Amino acid sequence: MKKKDLISITDYSKDEYLKIMELAADFEKNPNQNLLEGKVVASLFFEPSTRTRLSFETAISRMGGRIVGFTDAGSSSVTKGETLHDTIRMVSQYADLIVMRHPLEGSARYAAEVSSVPVINAGDGANQHPTQTLLDMYSILKTQQTFDNLNIFMIGDLRYGRTVHSLLMAMSEFENPIFNFIAPDELQMPEEYKMFLRDRNIRYFEHREFTDIISEADIMYMTRVQKERFSDPMEYEEVKNVYILKNSMLANTKSNMRILHPLPRVNEIATDVDKNEKAYYFQQALNGMYTREAIIAHALNLK
Amino acid sequence: MKEQKKKLKLKVSAISQGTVIDHIPSENLFDVISILELDKTPNMITFGANLDSDKLVNKAIIKVSNQFFENDEINKIALIAPHAKLNIIKDYEVVEKKVVEIPDQVVGIVKCFNPKCITNAEPITTSFSVISKSPVALKCKYCEKITNESQMVIK
Repeated sequence: MKKKDLISITDYSKDEYLKIMELAADFEKNPNQNLLEGKVVASLFFEPSTRTRLSFETAISRMGGRIVGFTDAGSSSVTKGETLHDTIRMVSQYADLIVMRHPLEGSARYAAEVSSVPVINAGDGANQHPTQTLLDMYSILKTQQTFDNLNIFMIGDLRYGRTVHSLLMAMSEFENPIFNFIAPDELQMPEEYKMFLRDRNIRYFEHREFTDIISEADIMYMTRVQKERFSDPMEYEEVKNVYILKNSMLANTKSNMRILHPLPRVNEIATDVDKNEKAYYFQQALNGMYTREAIIAHALNLK
Repeated sequence: MKEQKKKLKLKVSAISQGTVIDHIPSENLFDVISILELDKTPNMITFGANLDSDKLVNKAIIKVSNQFFENDEINKIALIAPHAKLNIIKDYEVVEKKVVEIPDQVVGIVKCFNPKCITNAEPITTSFSVISKSPVALKCKYCEKITNESQMVIK
């Protein structure tokens, strides 16, 4: 049987997205299920990511599994010059599943080729972070009760933000989505994703101003402008404060509208938004744990 | 024209049996030799570069004795010699002509342009799907970034 790796969001079919949603709802009702008893999961974080790692490790613990691994490359054999190939080759002999984050793009796909056990990509540089997308989808489904006919606003860094790219591709599988992109010129949605939408006759609109247009939104997906993605620090300084969401801007938005953010936020959502019932980003993070339990169960054919 | 062609024939001597690869851009001659592993062949090869041609200002030609190429093999050079033409020679006669075609997959040969791609950090054979043939655009199997024709570097 084919190994069920999750490297890119497109590795899953629409049916698999829906299966993960169902399983996540089941784990939300009952997070402690002893499905991983007697199993070892390798948690290989070649670069630190506290949020993602804790979410995965809590998911594994709640499923009764044991964890081996490291939390940054400094405490691994990478400092001795071991290649990714050799690390993965060795670890896949010990563990039943590998969860990995690595700073280099394509590292997860390569690890999946080398590994004899399934690999779940917890982020490979600026490339893919599919478990984030699945938890975003679960958050959308929970707040909207459907994936169809949604008007999804994506705001901020649409050029380098991997989460918006993956979410766009996944949501395009469903009926009649509309996308609205709000970004400064330097951070517009790349042409290849707009082409992807045009090829599927999916409507999208681009805006440079953060205006009342958001009253049409069902979902507002905010992103952080990440300093590390810019080669020119001047360019970063120019765009970092362009779009800040304040509570006063939400007055005319739809009652079902919810604000998502992959976190951590810096200043793109003012703290006065946190009290608004439309702010969903903290619940969204918790949804991540249920979604990751679902992904692990699926990868190991436990459910 | 005829006069020129005659001269060209004199510059690179004829072969009795084998393959003539013509219309290679001169600057890519040695990459073509390396991709086809002609630097390792025991067969006699002759080549010429910076020759006059109707189509290319600066063309190169390779003649390999007693060696014939499968399409898969020869199509590997299409990325750097898109107008290459092959003449299959038997008893000093051209018995078949072939042109090269850019394949749907490119394995090895090209470097991924993305400096943060894992293939540029560890000894990994690159692999691309060809998403456009003219101009060439290659999508890396690993980092999923697109290497354009202008960014293409031969490994």
